[in-house]
Amino acid sequence: MRIELQKRPVPSALFAVLSPFIALGLTLVAGAILFMALGKNPFDALYAFFIEPLTEMWSIHELTVKAAPLILIAVGLSVCYRSNNWNIGAEGQFIMGGILGSLVPILMPGFQSWLTLPLMLLLGMVGGAAWGAIPAFLKTRFNTNEILTSLMLVYTAQLFLDWLARGVLRDPNGNNFPGSIRFPQAARLPEILPSQGSAHYGLLLAILAALMVWFMLRFTLNGFEVRVLGANPRAGRFAGFSQTRMTFFAFLLSGALAGLAGIAEVSGAIGQLRETISPGYGFTAIIVAFLGRLSPLGAIAAGFMLALTYLGGEAAQMTLGISDKVGRVFQGLLLFFVLGCDTLITYRVRLVWRKAAAGAGGQA
Amino acid sequence: MNDRQNLIPLLETKGLTKIFGSLRACDGIDLAIAPGEVHALLGENGAGKSTLVKMLFGVLEPSGGEILWKGRPVKIGSPGEARATGVGMVFQHFSLFEALTVAENIALALDGNVPIERISDEARRLSVEYGLPLDPSAHVADLSVGERQRIEIVRALLQNPELIILDEPTSVLTPQEADKLFETLAKLKAEGRSVLYISHRLEEVQRICDRATVLRHGKVTGACDPRKETPSSLARMMVGGEVAEITGAGLGEPGEVLVEVASLSAPARTPFAVTLKDVDLTVRAGEVIAIAGVAGNGQSELFDVLSGEVTVANPEAIRIAGTPAGRLGITARRLMGCSFVPEERHGHAAVPTMSLSGNLVLSRYASDRKAFLTGGWLGLINNGPVAAATKRISSAMDVRKSLVDPPAGSLSGGNLQKFIVGRELDRQPRVLVVNQPTWGVDAGAASRIRQALVDLAKSGSAVIVISQDLDEVFEIASSISVINEGRLSKPEPAATMTRERIGLLMGGFHDGAGHGVDPAEAAHAH
Repeated sequence: MRIELQKRPVPSALFAVLSPFIALGLTLVAGAILFMALGKNPFDALYAFFIEPLTEMWSIHELTVKAAPLILIAVGLSVCYRSNNWNIGAEGQFIMGGILGSLVPILMPGFQSWLTLPLMLLLGMVGGAAWGAIPAFLKTRFNTNEILTSLMLVYTAQLFLDWLARGVLRDPNGNNFPGSIRFPQAARLPEILPSQGSAHYGLLLAILAALMVWFMLRFTLNGFEVRVLGANPRAGRFAGFSQTRMTFFAFLLSGALAGLAGIAEVSGAIGQLRETISPGYGFTAIIVAFLGRLSPLGAIAAGFMLALTYLGGEAAQMTLGISDKVGRVFQGLLLFFVLGCDTLITYRVRLVWRKAAAGAGGQA
Repeated sequence: MNDRQNLIPLLETKGLTKIFGSLRACDGIDLAIAPGEVHALLGENGAGKSTLVKMLFGVLEPSGGEILWKGRPVKIGSPGEARATGVGMVFQHFSLFEALTVAENIALALDGNVPIERISDEARRLSVEYGLPLDPSAHVADLSVGERQRIEIVRALLQNPELIILDEPTSVLTPQEADKLFETLAKLKAEGRSVLYISHRLEEVQRICDRATVLRHGKVTGACDPRKETPSSLARMMVGGEVAEITGAGLGEPGEVLVEVASLSAPARTPFAVTLKDVDLTVRAGEVIAIAGVAGNGQSELFDVLSGEVTVANPEAIRIAGTPAGRLGITARRLMGCSFVPEERHGHAAVPTMSLSGNLVLSRYASDRKAFLTGGWLGLINNGPVAAATKRISSAMDVRKSLVDPPAGSLSGGNLQKFIVGRELDRQPRVLVVNQPTWGVDAGAASRIRQALVDLAKSGSAVIVISQDLDEVFEIASSISVINEGRLSKPEPAATMTRERIGLLMGGFHDGAGHGVDPAEAAHAH
């Protein structure tokens, strides 16, 4: 017996909808097996991981804090991936956005007005976009593989931030702890409902960005261009669309959104520039983008789902006494199954029992 | 017929059927091939010829019916089994590795472990015996299409088959190369081997085949002696109705020069692409210039530089209505009134996953910006006018579809091509450049497309048609040029051009000077 993948004449609409849910189900099953192997009751463990964080108000607020950057980044990545530009370096763009935006309160602590925060957010976007422009330039000018360059720039950004936070930007009155001064109130992204929990306006920015990019993709010529160049570069050239322009557009847009997520995280959730400002949001957002079917609206739902794995990891550490790295394991499992299940959209699985005559020996 | 019935056919099918989903690609096919006969299988694209042949060669499994070999029922489960039975096959699209030598390619297709030297010797012997000159140690990448086909034929002959199936063998050959192939077929026939010859070229079927079976929509619609039929009676069997005659009449005196190409050269962009050398071409309003030639001689490269998908360094090399355009991109050229139809429908002229209306926007968002876009700088796609234009084009070109606005990839080749040509005609272009306008298109759709091209020229536009199909070239062209290895011959009036002359030009003869043709072939051609 062997398993055969048979191409469907048309992509299945049913499986396009079902595939993320099948992937989710398979992730849960694999997770249950994992917990069993660790000697935990799988049902208790899955409950602690996926349900418990949703039972209390403060942790729902935490969920939005984690979801906001994921959604922001994933929205930009959706445009990138749809147009065949493989930006893997959102983590670096996130960090550079956080750094550039933070320069306002750190270097000019006296500048406190209603302009402070918008300026910071703007600089955050500029920082992320500039960092994203590097792989775009290398790809269009030297035909360099953007997967490698954008990924390598993540490590550059991480080490640069580390150096800044321990060196030139360190708080002189901080007892030699790494990290900048704490931002004044005018430089903080406010919380939405301060009495209930920590959710800040970054979530609003994320949803706004998702809606705008969705509108762009769905209704404008620019969005049409993204879809054409992603589906058929040759047809895109026939249409007169420029691949170079699109590469820059995709990298600048996704870089700017990642940078915005970075500065929103620093000025919202953290309140100072530290030597690390991201628990891997830029990488997790790749999973969010794919789980959301590369649709900006899908990214909203997927962003909350992946945010849950961060909280679940912490919960697992507290209640089950296992490493919070299990959250990363779940993220990896989810991406694995999502990509695997996407095969079902364009292929159907067939079990062939006997030695089949379908071999196409002489077929060109 | 009577004397044949006494013989046991070499191969016979009874009610052979193949069903794909709801489509009956082959529906109860009865076919009998006598020993030592050249049997034609005629039919339009999509008639079921390839499906039938794939079942005979073990590539596809029949859904019903049976295959008899010398009167005994057989089951052909794989190409290996087919070869063992005595069936050899030469495919339309070659399955050769360009980086390997001829002998290595042959070895790959053989079952078992035969030393490469023995294969070389055997291949050399066969190629001499059947008049198929071939060097076993040559690399495939360096060979012409005709030579590549010889590899496939030799590969099939090595198995000593009793039946050889040839799928559209002459579609890639010059008339002279085709003549050589026919000599080889005659030799095979003289040895008592049978040949199943698949084609839609009536003239050559009449020339070399003893019997013909005609397929339409998966069913046998006729069995005849092609020599006793006329081309039009055969065409009727294939198409199931009269095919409209194209009339080039009414093409008036050519007007002003609309396209002027002067000493255009363009280097090959990939190792497998063709370099364009010193191309000169002048096209006037009201003219249809056809560029004939065997595939792979620079047609798509020429199309790319004419369309502006690839620009050239010298702006003066291409002038459109007098304006230097060599460095202008495709959008700028469209805005000057040009339209383009590339050869490949899927993934070049159209995005298969997108709807027809999306594919309309694809090539016309710039030229019809006022109608198709709204919302100022936002550039919103204005669905109403786009849908109206899609409908207008579909009815003007008789595009048959099951939905109002289906994905382009769900249309049959002919219908999609009608839409793509209609998309460009709809804007009444001053200049139209088309590459292989009716490639893989059924006869009805092809005649509609050709008539539309002629009508456009009549209305005062300049039309450049790049085509491999000589019938088409003679049907619609006012003058004809031939492309060979990136060089373009001087256009000659269609009225004085002959097939023989085109064949010589295809082989690289420009006024007696050959380019890279071996002397034996040159002598033969004269």
